[in-house]
Amino acid sequence: MAEHTVKAYDEELTALAGRIAEMGGLAETTVSNSVTALVTQDLDLARATIEQDARLDELFQEIEMGIVEIIARRQPMGRDLREIVAAGRISNDLERTGDLAKNVAKRVIAIDSDLTSKKLAIGVEHMTELTLSQLKKVLDAYTQRDAPAAADVRERDREVDAIYTSLFRELLTYMMEDPRSISQCAHLLFCAKNIERIGDHATNIAESVYYMVTGERLGDERQKIDETGVVVK
Amino acid sequence: MNEMPHIDKAAEMTDSKISAKQVQVFYGDIHAIKDVDIEINPRSVTSFIGPSGCGKSTFLRCLNRMNDTIDVCRVEGTILIDSEDIYDPKVDPVQLRAKVGMVFQKPNPFPKSIYDNIAYGPRIHGLAANKTAMDEIVTSSLQRAGLWEEVKDRLSEPGTGLSGGQQQRLCIARAIAVNPEVILMDEPCSALDPIATAKVEELIDELRENFTIVIVTHSMQQAARVSQRTAFFHLGILVEEGPTQDIFTNPTDKRTQDYITGRFG
Ligand SMILES: Nc1ncnc2c1ncn2[C@@H]1O[C@H](COP(=O)(O)OP(=O)(O)O)[C@@H](O)[C@H]1O
Ligand SMILES: [Mg+2]
Repeated sequence: MAEHTVKAYDEELTALAGRIAEMGGLAETTVSNSVTALVTQDLDLARATIEQDARLDELFQEIEMGIVEIIARRQPMGRDLREIVAAGRISNDLERTGDLAKNVAKRVIAIDSDLTSKKLAIGVEHMTELTLSQLKKVLDAYTQRDAPAAADVRERDREVDAIYTSLFRELLTYMMEDPRSISQCAHLLFCAKNIERIGDHATNIAESVYYMVTGERLGDERQKIDETGVVVK
Repeated sequence: MNEMPHIDKAAEMTDSKISAKQVQVFYGDIHAIKDVDIEINPRSVTSFIGPSGCGKSTFLRCLNRMNDTIDVCRVEGTILIDSEDIYDPKVDPVQLRAKVGMVFQKPNPFPKSIYDNIAYGPRIHGLAANKTAMDEIVTSSLQRAGLWEEVKDRLSEPGTGLSGGQQQRLCIARAIAVNPEVILMDEPCSALDPIATAKVEELIDELRENFTIVIVTHSMQQAARVSQRTAFFHLGILVEEGPTQDIFTNPTDKRTQDYITGRFG
């Protein structure tokens, strides 16, 4: 796209996109570290992850201030306006992603014992891999301004949801078989739920990217079905 | 009426207050407006935006035949208001300008009292039978222009003694006084400070309940704030026209995109 007549405006927008990319990279590491800490019961890594989240919060605030300044100074229009609205939403989703990862890390410290079931840990790990690949893809779609790639990410969120549902069922059976495992399983369940929520944030980001690039909203056809509600009954 | 779907298009067209087709404007050899087609909705605000010299004012002036007053100016094409051709020889331009009022960039009250500024038009057009009727017109016009409270105690003072923003609202009141259906405004706020601008914008928003308003503005934020539809002109061509929200968030044409985002090179 052609440059703005006012050069500083271009620089401000580039800087904003750069910050989002930085936040995205950091969010990925935070999520990945929190789950590694969980499956390996690495308390130091868990503590480091909790600290890492503070940097995400900081970046989020910087981005928000940057956005307020650009709006006040430039009154963005058209694609610039969409770009800025998207940056605000995306940084919000990344900040929440960091919070959810931090929550996983805190649970690692709360569990503070070896996991009774390696199989469950592998399930959470697998779910995380998928979520992380979603997050990575959507952040790439953001930097590449790639709407179809963003649409694809949203489509694939179903897979994350499906794994969550099966993990949920499995955890239930564990808890019924051995009530002593309930505390640990409950923590694991929350961890899995957090990862699933991170997948939802990746989906939100996909929608923001799609809107930013095309000016259109992704249709509403993708319905969120939480089957865990049915199982409880 | 579902049984006649094939006339929908026609029905839609007669719904517009102003309908321009293939309008050309020449100043001598200069072709200032080229092939402009536009439909303007009744009781709503349409804004014309575009770089200066693109022909916004020229096209706006076509809508009440103000261009007739410029010797070198020639207008071709068709402009219908309420399905009536305003360039038909039978149309009286003075009557037309009562129906299609105009507010200019610089507030231009007459060097008369506030009262007479408003009464002037109704007097010419014989709209008031007596003094009471005229008082009524003056009062209601000032009220509708949101100026009444500020001037009711000094109606005999000169209009030129008001602040810039008040003068502009006085000019709007003057335009309203002759019961127009359409009000054309050419950069009505460009000489006003932000507060006075906000008051005029607020007024425009109220007026659209009863009038069809077309406003030329160089401020895209103003267009975004006050209008329901926006038309973007460039080099005498109507590049794009549509719901204001679409024009400012997701314009179709690259030229519009470049202009509204400040990338005009
Ligand atoms: N009275 C006039 N005589 C000759 N040329 C004119 C006259 N008014 C406008 N023009 C020309 O017509 C073009 C459009 O002008 P105008 O309608 O004033 O543009 P805008 O309102 O978008 O700034 C410009 O090139 C301008 O020089
Ligand atoms: Mg002009």
